[in-house]
Amino acid sequence: MKANCWYGMKDVRVETVPDPKILNPRDAIVKVTSTAICGSDLHLYDGYVPTMEKGDILGHEFMGEVVEVGKGVKNLKAGDRVVVPFPIACGNCYFCKRDEWSSCENSNPNATLAEKMWGHHTCGIFGYSHLTGGYAGGQAEYVRVPFADVGPLKIESNLPDEKVLFLSDILPTGYMAAEFCEIEPGDTVAVWGCGPVGLLAMKSAFLLGAGRVIAIDEYPERLALARQKVGAETLNFAEVESVSNALRDITGGRGPDACIDAVGQEANAHGLIGIYDRVKHTARLQTDRPTALRQAITAVRNGGVVSVVGVYGGVIDKFPMGAIVNRGLTIKSGQTPVHKYMRPLLQRIEKGEIDPSFIISHRLSLGEAPHGYEIFQKRDDDCIKIVLKP
Amino acid sequence: MNTRAAATALGWFSIGLGLAELIAPRKMSRATGLNSREKVMPYLGAREVASGIGLLASQKPTAWLWSRVIGDAMDLAILGCGFRNSQSNSKRLALASGMVAAVTALDVLACNEATRDKKRSVTANGSKTQLFRTITIQKSARDLYQFWRSLENLPQIIPDLKSVKVTGERTSHWVAAGPGDTEIEWDAEITDDQPAARISWRSLPGAPVPNNGTVYFEELVGDRGCVVKLRMHYVPPAGGIGAKIARLFGKAPEQQTMEFLRKFKQLMETGEIATTVGQPAGRKLSYSPKFDVAARRMAEAN
Repeated sequence: MKANCWYGMKDVRVETVPDPKILNPRDAIVKVTSTAICGSDLHLYDGYVPTMEKGDILGHEFMGEVVEVGKGVKNLKAGDRVVVPFPIACGNCYFCKRDEWSSCENSNPNATLAEKMWGHHTCGIFGYSHLTGGYAGGQAEYVRVPFADVGPLKIESNLPDEKVLFLSDILPTGYMAAEFCEIEPGDTVAVWGCGPVGLLAMKSAFLLGAGRVIAIDEYPERLALARQKVGAETLNFAEVESVSNALRDITGGRGPDACIDAVGQEANAHGLIGIYDRVKHTARLQTDRPTALRQAITAVRNGGVVSVVGVYGGVIDKFPMGAIVNRGLTIKSGQTPVHKYMRPLLQRIEKGEIDPSFIISHRLSLGEAPHGYEIFQKRDDDCIKIVLKP
Repeated sequence: MNTRAAATALGWFSIGLGLAELIAPRKMSRATGLNSREKVMPYLGAREVASGIGLLASQKPTAWLWSRVIGDAMDLAILGCGFRNSQSNSKRLALASGMVAAVTALDVLACNEATRDKKRSVTANGSKTQLFRTITIQKSARDLYQFWRSLENLPQIIPDLKSVKVTGERTSHWVAAGPGDTEIEWDAEITDDQPAARISWRSLPGAPVPNNGTVYFEELVGDRGCVVKLRMHYVPPAGGIGAKIARLFGKAPEQQTMEFLRKFKQLMETGEIATTVGQPAGRKLSYSPKFDVAARRMAEAN
């Protein structure tokens, strides 16, 4: 089959690889009908996520048709149309039972490595480095899905792929980001990053009762999308001296009630601190460039929530702990336990409350994946979200 | 004091002294009585800082400890030369020399200790190695005990173990992968058997890797599952081939023990062991020989 494989920094290629097969009783094989490139795939592309190995198959956002199931999978059969959550979770362990699927204790065959890096290990994730298990991903014609009896969500309606594909990651992630904010009616929520997750977080914030959403980015086309499709107010950080001050000015001096970091480890920043972070990050002296996170912490009102769904991998410098302690802030973060959110969000899609397909800017074939990564990385051609068709 | 603690203390001392020499060379050269030597100070400082960082950052601080002893010798030589210089303050020089000599004594002590530690770990053959790891499994103590008590089950969670055959009420015969294509075998007996609580075993005389251990099952309150504790002692055999036999526990025995427990948990909770061996990839191997510790061992065992 054809699969999009990682070979190094800014080097992905569509190669012919063996077809996947059932390896464990609870596996299924899915023929991929739609798959997307995630912003977090760009961190792999840019070489900022450790433990990638040449030949790893990428992709953790995908859906398709079941073609084969292991003998332990009773709820699916060949022909079923499914969306697959990006975290691989067993459904049996302490964390799965608590709906904390992304902390699954049994799905990461490489737990030892992850423990060394993060203290405790996380679940397995499709196509996202060997720290999360080294599982082959879904930017391919076929994919092996472990624990298929608990993960994949059957789509029984006639909704097109594009409306439900993002249940695999970014819609639940954006929704969780807004849920973290404990929004009370009329609250103001500021969102750093108008990429796919940021836009869906804004949409979710309105769904959950926010009165105002302030979108922060530097790309005019992305800000325009936030304004037109979501109804957010916008703030171009390249045009202001200080984001915190600008936010103070537009929130009556108090600051937003909650801030969402939907940027993560490769934030762009201007001025001295931006240069400082870029130099240290490029020299691998810090694993992450936390500009957006620092701004979010500084800007949020006293006692407010900072919700972090942008991906960070390791350690960061100049973390404003003093602001968190002295102003009583709450920081919430996590890899999304997608399983928890898929069903209720599918219902919202079916009811027409949310249609995440507005973020799609490009539809390409699987073979064009390398080109897709390139334009997405450079933000060329107003690229926001790419869907690949195998 | 163990080597790590000594290395950490001396590391911070090095950095402190080094920074003082780098930042205030004039003050330092006066304080030591070497009045005319302020130009050497930054060099000495840089050396101290380098030693310090080495001591703090290195997994194996022994070499860095020796670097401190060499540095001490240099300092003493410079101080010694200072006595012949008319600009020096001999009272302060004597005091500084005394202090450096005391630090040198400490450094040599730490070095000796570290070198002894290293020898101990290299020639561990013949001495006992003890392992202890623990995991929480969402099953009853009875279920977990029953799996373990059916000793034939153990090769499922210990990749290098080829088979266990029960030969009597308490005795069993074990076969494991040895170096190369060889096999090693031994007999073992259960010495303590408390249903749903613990099982102890030991190898019988003649085992190539004498070992004994206990697995404990302790149920938690509420729906929190059961804590499994695994304690093992084994005596690594002497000689080169012996070291290879000890491969059963790998290079990092504690980590290996944890891998066994994880597989036990996966099997008990999910009915299968998570794997990537056999999946597609854009390279020859389905797993990463560099990163996938568990996958590699499973593939090797198959």
